[in-house]
Amino acid sequence: MDDIKNNNLKNASEHGIQAPLALLAELSHRCPLQCPYCSNPVQLEKKTGELTTDEWKSVIDQAVEMGMHQIHLSGGEPTVRHDLEDIVEHCSKEGLYTNLITSGVLLNPDRLKKLESLGLEHVQLSFQDTDHENADRIGGFKGGHAKKLEVAKWVRDVELPLTCNCVVHRQNIDNLENFIQMALDLDAERVEIAQVQYYGWALKNRAAFIPTPEQLDHATEIVEKARIDLKGKLVIDYVIPDYYAKHPKNCMGGWGRRFLNMNPKGDVLPCHAAETISHLKFDNVREKSLKWIWENSEAFNMYRGTDWMPDPCKSCDRKEIDWGGCRCQAMALTGDAKNTDPACSISPMHNEIFSMAAEEARRAPPEFIYRKYGVRFNSPI
Amino acid sequence: MTDILKIDDATIPKFPKHVKFRYNKARDEWVILAPERLVKLDPIAVEILKMVNGEREVKSISLELSKKFNAPEDTIISDVKEMLQNLSDKGFIEENG
Repeated sequence: MDDIKNNNLKNASEHGIQAPLALLAELSHRCPLQCPYCSNPVQLEKKTGELTTDEWKSVIDQAVEMGMHQIHLSGGEPTVRHDLEDIVEHCSKEGLYTNLITSGVLLNPDRLKKLESLGLEHVQLSFQDTDHENADRIGGFKGGHAKKLEVAKWVRDVELPLTCNCVVHRQNIDNLENFIQMALDLDAERVEIAQVQYYGWALKNRAAFIPTPEQLDHATEIVEKARIDLKGKLVIDYVIPDYYAKHPKNCMGGWGRRFLNMNPKGDVLPCHAAETISHLKFDNVREKSLKWIWENSEAFNMYRGTDWMPDPCKSCDRKEIDWGGCRCQAMALTGDAKNTDPACSISPMHNEIFSMAAEEARRAPPEFIYRKYGVRFNSPI
Repeated sequence: MTDILKIDDATIPKFPKHVKFRYNKARDEWVILAPERLVKLDPIAVEILKMVNGEREVKSISLELSKKFNAPEDTIISDVKEMLQNLSDKGFIEENG
């Protein structure tokens, strides 16, 4: 089913890139929560377009044959799929390290027990705040936080390892110490403290979420202290908003170098936000093999390596460290995905965007635009 | 998780439940897998970790390795402890008990 490559770009092998390490599988965009910083695209995929159980199983087989190590079953909310059990069982049988990334609110003890017995190896449970009322407001789901605390206990009851995924921003950052304490109280192995990253839904809601530099510095101090105090007890992963960083993040370890993402209908993407780069054409596992796509897909080859880079990236000695930062962020904020990520302090756009964001952070936060199907936007960001 | 572990001769190391030491057939390599973590291993580390089963002490693992590779026991035991301590500090090894 695979034809020869359809462009003149260098492919993965010609870049010396090996098979990807992990697959982020967005099983569905459906989700009972409406977090306004959701990482899904603004145009959400409907249930009717989703890959079938057998199609996912074939993808899993292909991922294993390619040598991938891990699969993250994500969404939307992956537990909306009634075949999650089949998918988990298949991943485990084939030897992939199987991780479930969930809001938890649709789970019950029996289902968790079943998933564990079928080979699920790790659960990442999202939290919106430690304050019930505010958490439920951010997620747009009444009773959500209380349910999540229950789910965390069920996860530990079946002895599944737990990571608390905590997305922090100006409307919950004052509870950072409480987030860490919550992870300890829930007997989690690991906590992810991730500041909102501003793409898609989150970019629409940036003014509601962006912290001031002072709030961010304070948060970083808390995390650094907790990392020392809790060494060997709790692993803390910390992601700062890159607007306030000196260097951009090396997004996905470089475009098309280490990971791939699949959306619910089977499009294969270099990252979960790649659809925001509207001129990219993505290949689909219904038409091509995963291996062919990784190797040859134009969407992957377009920004692989360093040949595509303009200055200041091209002449920068960090070009193979940062890989130009994030293509999606460059697209969203400069209108051209090839430009240096404006998060980089040497981007000509950095100061303008940084000061705009810092100004937003000083004003009162606007109302949220909640994530749901069919929202229309007028403004360009 | 428990308190910080200090690896010594009598420690019985094991992998925490969320950490898998696994062979990847397509790549023909052993790796450690954990949430959002992948640790590539050198051949010596692989030999050591193949003997980590939650039953054997550090000393017994080292003795067998020293015989297998015909190497001085003192050197081996200090290498084994150093490697396991390093993995333990990162949360990839814990003590059985």
